Amino acid sequence: MSQVAETASPPAGDTTYDGLRLRGVTKSFGAFTAVRDLDLDVPRGSFFALLGPSGCGKTTTLRMVAGLETPTSGSITLAGDDITYAKPYRRPVNTVFQNYALFPHLDIHENIAFGLKRRKVADVDTRVREMLDLVELETQARKRPAQLSGGQQQRVALARALINEPEVLLLDEPLGALDLKLRRAMQIELKRIQTEVGLTFVHVTHDQEEAMTMADTVAVMNRGVIEQMGAPEELYENPHTTFVANFLGQSNLVEGAIKGRGGDVVTVDMHGIDVSIPAARSHAAGDRGWIGIRPEKVLIGDPGEDLDAPGNSIPGGVVTDVSFVGVSTQYLVRMPWGQELQVFQQNTGHRRLYRTGEAVELSWRPEYAFLLDISQDASAGAEQED
Amino acid sequence: MGALRAEARNRSDPGMRWVREHLVLILGILVLIYTFIPIFVVVLMSFNDPASRNVYRFDGFTLDNWTNFCGAEGMCDALWKSIQIGILATLASTILGTLAAFALVRWEFTFRSTTNLLIFLPMAAPEIVLGSSLLALFVSAGFAGQLGFWTILIAHIMFCLSFVVVTVRSRLAGMSDTLEQAAADLYANPRQTFWRVTFPLVFPGILGAALLSFSLSFDDFIITNLNAGTTTTFPMYVWGAAQRGVPMQVNVVGTLMFAVSVLIVVGAELNHRRRVRALA
Amino acid sequence: MASTAGTAPVAVDAKPDTGRRRGRTGYLLILPGLAWLVLFFVIPFYSLIATSLYDPNGSDFRGYDMTYHIQNYWTAIQEYWSPLLRSLAYGAIATLLCLVLGYVLAYAIAFKAGRWKNLMLVLVIAPFFTSFLVRTLSWKLILADDGFVVDLLQTVHLLGEDGRLLATPVAVVAGLTYNFLPFMVLPLFASVDKIDPRLIEASHDLYASSFVGFWKVTWPLSLPGVVSGTLLTFIPAVGDYINAQLLGSPNQRMIGSVIQSQFTDANNYPIAAALSMILMVLILVMVLVYVRRAGTEELL
Repeated sequence: MSQVAETASPPAGDTTYDGLRLRGVTKSFGAFTAVRDLDLDVPRGSFFALLGPSGCGKTTTLRMVAGLETPTSGSITLAGDDITYAKPYRRPVNTVFQNYALFPHLDIHENIAFGLKRRKVADVDTRVREMLDLVELETQARKRPAQLSGGQQQRVALARALINEPEVLLLDEPLGALDLKLRRAMQIELKRIQTEVGLTFVHVTHDQEEAMTMADTVAVMNRGVIEQMGAPEELYENPHTTFVANFLGQSNLVEGAIKGRGGDVVTVDMHGIDVSIPAARSHAAGDRGWIGIRPEKVLIGDPGEDLDAPGNSIPGGVVTDVSFVGVSTQYLVRMPWGQELQVFQQNTGHRRLYRTGEAVELSWRPEYAFLLDISQDASAGAEQED
Repeated sequence: MGALRAEARNRSDPGMRWVREHLVLILGILVLIYTFIPIFVVVLMSFNDPASRNVYRFDGFTLDNWTNFCGAEGMCDALWKSIQIGILATLASTILGTLAAFALVRWEFTFRSTTNLLIFLPMAAPEIVLGSSLLALFVSAGFAGQLGFWTILIAHIMFCLSFVVVTVRSRLAGMSDTLEQAAADLYANPRQTFWRVTFPLVFPGILGAALLSFSLSFDDFIITNLNAGTTTTFPMYVWGAAQRGVPMQVNVVGTLMFAVSVLIVVGAELNHRRRVRALA
Repeated sequence: MASTAGTAPVAVDAKPDTGRRRGRTGYLLILPGLAWLVLFFVIPFYSLIATSLYDPNGSDFRGYDMTYHIQNYWTAIQEYWSPLLRSLAYGAIATLLCLVLGYVLAYAIAFKAGRWKNLMLVLVIAPFFTSFLVRTLSWKLILADDGFVVDLLQTVHLLGEDGRLLATPVAVVAGLTYNFLPFMVLPLFASVDKIDPRLIEASHDLYASSFVGFWKVTWPLSLPGVVSGTLLTFIPAVGDYINAQLLGSPNQRMIGSVIQSQFTDANNYPIAAALSMILMVLILVMVLVYVRRAGTEELL
């Protein structure tokens, strides 16, 4: 079962939807199920990111949309047309491949013109020149791909796909081969081009920062299913699963017993301290749950100090590790129940630095906390480094 | 550390040090020179004016062997036969082998490992065994009297085939199929994908396989000799001449073979470099 | 949440299938080539076996009739065991010499040639574009009794007054070594060239001397090339008889020569076929033992 957050799914037979729609799509390779009963709606004109660790099924999903893989079951429709079994060269979808897949025996101009020529479109040269202009490669038209830098090759791959004005442009880890600095520049560039041409972009990546900077909507995928989907800030602030909580940024997850669900608030007993969590941020069934709080939402202070955080205040912590990283200081604080919590403190200059071994008190505002299902693995998604 | 010590030891004698550092390269060049010794002799002898047919040594300079190329009795006929067989064997084995290589890399098979073994074995078997098996077949099938041009051709296609498959296959396997996927994504149907992307990229491999086939066919003696009947190819002519006294024109052929091959290889390399540099 | 835990094997990378298509086209493409190999490689091999077991006392030779006359093999071994063993010995020595010369050359090209790498590689193959027979005849001239090599060796007393090179095992093995050198150099180069020079630097960093670094790092990494190079050299060298015939005397006769003349001169097909089979089996056994010892079975 997959979760499609916040979007009411219209029935599959509805052909009025003008975006890309996947219904019940499953893809198995032998015993391995790469994608499991996936439902997905990508609105027309949006910049949509599929985010997840390698092996989560995001590339397989993309390849099914491109027509390079055939789903084991389910359907894919694009602007109302069923394209589930359409050949890749018969669907209005183009791909920017992971390692660009530029034709080494053709020059840049010929590479970009390739799709138009196959469709026998008129005035190819003018359009190629316009496209070269858009990606700022006018002077490189007669070079071979091998003579260009990585960033330039990336732009050729983009131009080669864009020139066909596809209904959906698929980007398979398009920036993966670039170094960090170039990657950031290309992120802005891609976003600019998407806004300019107004096409639907579906972007596959394992880089959460990349997904959050560029996309309007991010779908977090794990083990063949979508864990959660929504706007980047919504995913970050209100994760529904431990995987999302850990994969997007970092989270402190503390076990607690649910004492009561009254109105807008859920009260949880966290190792003897009552903490309250807004009902809209509670995603736990049963009588226990993981209380989640982002490290930068946790305030650190002297024992008994009145911190600017009414509600949840947790005494008895001891600093076990201090990392000064310039813009902030990162603390590890051992709590009375033995768990170490992470705390990021902005170096605003208003607060003093704590040293290892000092006794401290932690505090956070209830509206920042979230509550997750206890049956989930608290470390899911945490090992991802990229 | 090892390098440091060696450096310290050799600092006193820069000459010794130079030799030590370049020892492997010097030895390598010596081996290379060794491989060229017979070639020098072949080129030299192509200008030889032999005093007698039976004494094989350099007696004097002449251009006669070059100008009177076909003067050696029967040599040009044998040469022409070898070229004909070489071209036909190359064409046939390149076509059959390329098709098979495509099938092996791009299609699923029931008997993949058996097929691979079947392709590998002719390259691993000694020529004398290949030749004698074919002769055994031809004789058993009652073709003992018809040995000649066609039986040689059959044999040459057989032993060239495996080399073509292996060469083209490695080129194909090294080519990622994402390029073909990219073509399909860009509206090229399977036929267009093949002719505009796959074939141009595999072509250098096919060309290399064809050149290899020709030189294998042209140079083969052991298999040919068993299945030739009364037909004489160039290597067989040389073999026969070695017993009677070698006409110097044979060395002209040897020199020409060397020169043409080197020209092809150097030309290909220069062409490659020019294409890389021209647009840099 | 999905109940993925435990049920599905979690691949590190969801690898799509091999991309190989299914269907009849594949079989159609491979059929002509395969048919050729079956007709002119597999069936002939059967004919060879049948011929080798043919009873020579039978009236007319027809080959396909299996008479299971295993006696042919005993006759063949009894009469020709010495050229057989000689061929294996010459082949082995030539292979070893090729390995030494070839390794030096491959190593020099891969690591020391710098920008001359491609040129040197071309130069390695170039001499072998000339006809095998013409090359070998050229050696005959070089090693001739009145040639400068013999003169030189006699002057430094490495060779007696009447000593000669031609018509000796030395000349035959030298010829084999020379002619099959490229079969050794090319696979060796392919293997050595793949070795990251930083690995050798790392071995020196970890206190290995040049020799130890070579023995513990370069050599093991080049083993695949060593194995395929030695096989590619040994097999044709054992079956060759051109060098023995042109550079040697009847005392250096190799098995290929015997097979050839039994077929064409003596018309003794069963014995010739039996000798072919024995040679094939001997080579096969030696190769299998060798490959197993080298521990690189996947190469074949």
